[in-house]
Amino acid sequence: MVIFTFFALQSSVFRSLSGVANWLDPASTLGIMAVAVALLMIGGHFDLSAGVMTGTTALTVGIVATEFGQHIWVAIAAALVVALAIGFLNGWLVTRTGLPSFIITLGTFLMLQGLNLGLTKLFTGTVSAGGIASAGGYGSAEWVFASRLEVAGVEFRVAILWWVLFTALATWVLLRTRFGNWVFATGGDEVAARNVGVPARRTTITLFMTTAAAAWFVGTTLAVRLTSVQANTGIGQELIYIVAAVIGGCLLTGGFGSAVGASLGALIFGMTQLGIVYLRWDADWFYFFLGVMLLLAVLANRLVRRYAEAARR
Amino acid sequence: MTDPGAGLGGPALLELRDVGKDFGSVIALDGISTTVRAGEVTCVLGDNGAGKSTLIKILAGVHRPDRGQVLLDGQPVSFSAPRDALDAGIATVYQDLAMIPLMAIWRNFFLGAEPTRGRGPFRRFDSARAKEVTRRELLAMGIDIRDPDQPVGTLSGGERQSVAIARAVHFGARVLILDEPTSALGVKQAGIVLRYIAQARDRGVGVVFITHNPHHAHPVGDRFLLLGRGRSLGDFAKGEVSVEEITRLMAGGAELAELTTELERPLPQKDGS
Repeated sequence: MVIFTFFALQSSVFRSLSGVANWLDPASTLGIMAVAVALLMIGGHFDLSAGVMTGTTALTVGIVATEFGQHIWVAIAAALVVALAIGFLNGWLVTRTGLPSFIITLGTFLMLQGLNLGLTKLFTGTVSAGGIASAGGYGSAEWVFASRLEVAGVEFRVAILWWVLFTALATWVLLRTRFGNWVFATGGDEVAARNVGVPARRTTITLFMTTAAAAWFVGTTLAVRLTSVQANTGIGQELIYIVAAVIGGCLLTGGFGSAVGASLGALIFGMTQLGIVYLRWDADWFYFFLGVMLLLAVLANRLVRRYAEAARR
Repeated sequence: MTDPGAGLGGPALLELRDVGKDFGSVIALDGISTTVRAGEVTCVLGDNGAGKSTLIKILAGVHRPDRGQVLLDGQPVSFSAPRDALDAGIATVYQDLAMIPLMAIWRNFFLGAEPTRGRGPFRRFDSARAKEVTRRELLAMGIDIRDPDQPVGTLSGGERQSVAIARAVHFGARVLILDEPTSALGVKQAGIVLRYIAQARDRGVGVVFITHNPHHAHPVGDRFLLLGRGRSLGDFAKGEVSVEEITRLMAGGAELAELTTELERPLPQKDGS
């Protein structure tokens, strides 16, 4: 909120409705991922392959739709299958080996990065997959993933709506379902959780698959919106998701956090990214700001948690 | 389940007959026999490495015994997983408590056995009922928590043990195995936990209380199984044995006497100087 006030006071474009629509857009696709990554982090794991997976799914949509000449929905379904398979593989490897998810997903991250480039070149001969708009059924896919809604004369991307929906859904699952309870427990203390009968392994695999499904959704949105996908799409984003989740109050050690928090983290990210542009500051400073915010957020979270625990004693 | 009359001398709920367990060539346990009755506390006493942990794990279904029999209600049983033991009504409260410090008490209380409401995709955790039951069950055990929403991490060690015991009793435990519940606690906290052990006993639960502290075991115990190096050093009923005798047997009589003289020696020197 401080950030909003800061930029709103400095820039009239920022506080105008079309300005809001503008900075909500990057926040929305980031937010969808941040919410899924937050769930995974509450469950005690990281997914470094989440960013590159948005590229993998977007490229799958592009290649299946254009090179194989399939209907767009077939391409989208194929991308979902690919994403869920990668998510399952991540989760299965992590639960089987007991190795830190950081290392396992770093491995899948690098593998996918290579596959994205290699396979794209193999199929299209270039480093991008384009011409998605000419695929059959593109209109309906565009309506679902990339349409614009007009509110008070300003166009908002439909992704914003999806983002709000996913945040609400994730919050409900976390706080009001058995699965949510298991997520907190698995992240809080996996051995203890298993001792009382929580299916910790299944919970972890489901969380990795959820993150992969979110990457599929965002990847599909990118593919349908841009109609052309670069082979390096999504690389570097995985850390931004984690940053958003941490700014939103997720503990790096797991067992604590919220979906709404992660969404707010994404919102702050979107506001800063475009706010800097509106102020005509050099965009190079963006990452500096992000780093400062991350540090402040971690310190603030720690203080708040300590205070809360001390007050209850 | 609760039958206050089933106290001393009732039929055995759980019985061990000459139970033994090997790990490779190491004999971890051998020839262990004892009984657990409803509404009684059976204490298992032993020094470090006496085989207490192995015994718990056999009872909890983690290990299968290599020799002897475990009888539940007079019927031989064989558990292949902790879940089997749990389903048979044998609940184990481990030293690490199986509680998640960052989660609220009521969430912990129902962890793994959450009550739900609604059906299909709308099946949800019935939080109102969970909170209500948690408060009621803890109150029934005489545990007064301020707020079931507070994280377990804010409770003291004794309170945490008590919540774990209340949880096991609520989920229909007939036999409650407590792994060193008092070992990490101060004198006052340990006293609180001992009181809850007595509460569980009075509600008709057969309690197996594992400890290395005879002073904690003696006041609540009805039966004492002493372990030393994987073997039984004796299985006594209350009244057959005193705290001093238990201590002497646990430490291995002669060794303790030796230690006593060794430790006492400096004293006269100090007086003389």
